[in-house]
Amino acid sequence: MTAIARLRVWRGLVPQTGQFEIYEVPFEPGQSVLDGLRWIRANRDPTLAIRFSCINANACKECMVEIDGDTAYACTARLEPREMTVQPLSNKTLVRDLVTEIAPPAERFRT
Amino acid sequence: MHVETDVLVIGSGGAGMYAAIEAARSGAEVLLADRSLIGRGGATVMAQMTVAVALGSHTPDDWTFHLRDTLQAGRGLCDQRLSRLLCEEGPDCILQMEAWGVGWARKDGRIMAAMAPGHDRARCVYVDFLNTGPAVSKTLRAVVNKTSGIRKAGDLLITDLVSYDGEVVGATALHLASGAPITIAAKATIVATGGLTRLYRRNSASANMGGDGYALALRAGAPLIDMEFVQFFPIGHLAPRLIGMDPIMWDPFRYKLGGRLLNGLGQEFTSRYGSHEDGAYVLTRDLATYAIVKEVEAGRGSPHGGAYLSFEHCPEGDLRAAFGPVIDRLAMNAIDLTRMPVEVAPIAHYHMGGVAADARMETEIPGLLVAGEAVGGANGANRLSGNAVTEALVFGRRAGRSAAARVAGMTWQPFRPRAAEVALDLLAADGAPDAPNSADMIERLQAVMANDVGPFRTRERLERATARIDDLAGQLGERPFGDGERFDMRRIDWFDLRNMVLVARVVAQAALRRTESRGAHQREDFPRLRPEWCVNQVVRWRDACVDLVSISPIQAPAVAQ
Repeated sequence: MTAIARLRVWRGLVPQTGQFEIYEVPFEPGQSVLDGLRWIRANRDPTLAIRFSCINANACKECMVEIDGDTAYACTARLEPREMTVQPLSNKTLVRDLVTEIAPPAERFRT
Repeated sequence: MHVETDVLVIGSGGAGMYAAIEAARSGAEVLLADRSLIGRGGATVMAQMTVAVALGSHTPDDWTFHLRDTLQAGRGLCDQRLSRLLCEEGPDCILQMEAWGVGWARKDGRIMAAMAPGHDRARCVYVDFLNTGPAVSKTLRAVVNKTSGIRKAGDLLITDLVSYDGEVVGATALHLASGAPITIAAKATIVATGGLTRLYRRNSASANMGGDGYALALRAGAPLIDMEFVQFFPIGHLAPRLIGMDPIMWDPFRYKLGGRLLNGLGQEFTSRYGSHEDGAYVLTRDLATYAIVKEVEAGRGSPHGGAYLSFEHCPEGDLRAAFGPVIDRLAMNAIDLTRMPVEVAPIAHYHMGGVAADARMETEIPGLLVAGEAVGGANGANRLSGNAVTEALVFGRRAGRSAAARVAGMTWQPFRPRAAEVALDLLAADGAPDAPNSADMIERLQAVMANDVGPFRTRERLERATARIDDLAGQLGERPFGDGERFDMRRIDWFDLRNMVLVARVVAQAALRRTESRGAHQREDFPRLRPEWCVNQVVRWRDACVDLVSISPIQAPAVAQ
């Protein structure tokens, strides 16, 4: 039987009305949580919002989220064959789902 | 929303940041836009390896020797004006980086250079450990932050260039964090978006390098050149699953420690393909790619479909002296190089082709400039190790200077709102509720390119790829997916796919037309280099069709062979 990782992922546009969705992701040893989130997008729901560029190298530092309550990079946190909770950073302004406003104010677009 | 600037720089990798710095220092107001964070995405930050530059700090060297090697690697197709610029101004840019704070590795007080395949002498500078690109990026970010006149705009996805009266006068954009459509008026626009490695399933660069700059330029009327030449890096990491490291990390290991390349049976095999593997790192990228792919086809691949790379003969002390903390990061991935080989396989790495430009980095369209990997022609049919960061810096600096010179004489903004209407209409679209899964479509396009437009091509495969790309274009349709809310991933994917599908089609058609094998373009049905194909293919977008013509490579008088 294929092992499964159950990802409990926070979804929403505003903190008050968001909710957790549960996705069952095929588990392979060595995968990252970001691998699991990308699998969800391609196979279950392309609307899941997550910020990342480098995918694997931990160079872009964009995929920071809270995993089981701790701040972590989704690209270096290991996916595990159990239930894992993934939430947006609680100390940053929410944009959508797992995406928060992480850029310094001087690097944000403004008119 | 609408903003105005002198110079719009699209992309904030090494080329874009240097272009912004130079334009601002030359007196222009700059808007530095990136689809994600400023100075974090793109290829420069991922470059763990080396920078080729004729400093001559240990071994005597001269930029003309670097140029000779660059032209030879390019197999007759280099635009010599651009190759010359890269080699001649490289040393100055590297020393400027040092003055700004990049700590190049040193020996006996002088900057150290490593030997790399294709170079006639040790010419490749680096920052330990595997830190070249991050150090260059960090330094440029700091200089961007200190330079007055640069406005930074993250989360800004440029969707189209805006043309008026035959000139590029700005761009339209989707502001990802708010979902708002944006118009940008600019007296000059520099495309610094990098290459197209995202078109392939396995690649060594970040997810925002999907060829968007090529597509933006092509739709705005600028020609592209050499689009059939995609460089594959032969020993990209394949297995076991390794996180927190870039897949091209094994190249510096080979520079320093050699290593042994073995097939699935544990045998050395590269001698079958014309090059002995004697523990030194002499194998060029094209030959190594060929040898690994053929070994896998013959049923002698490693379990995941590549080759083994072994450092088991290296004492642990040597490994640790050469790579220090990297050995610990490997241990966290349960990889102990003294006890096990890793698996490697070719991976899409760099694009030789790009937007056609002159040595001022100006394209055929007034107001549109280009910098870095987005430029086509400097490296011809194959790029030498180490030339990518050099061209990012040299071309970025030159583009910034040229853009500032253009805007210095302009007292008016040539932008006209009605010129942006078509592009804005696209941004305002309501997506169909039954749209296909956009993330899955990207994976399907990557599979088509990996399977049929990879390093080894045939007419049959390229025609099959073209048909499948056309099919994906049909599924994509003319109107964006998604609802346009903030950070709408389906909409982002749609605008990405619109560019990726166009560029994929261009690569496949240019590869189909070139009926020979040269450098990174290998046709199994035309296995030899043919003298009549010593031409560049120029691509234009005419009446929604890809139009290809051949031209003779541009010689630079001072470097006539």
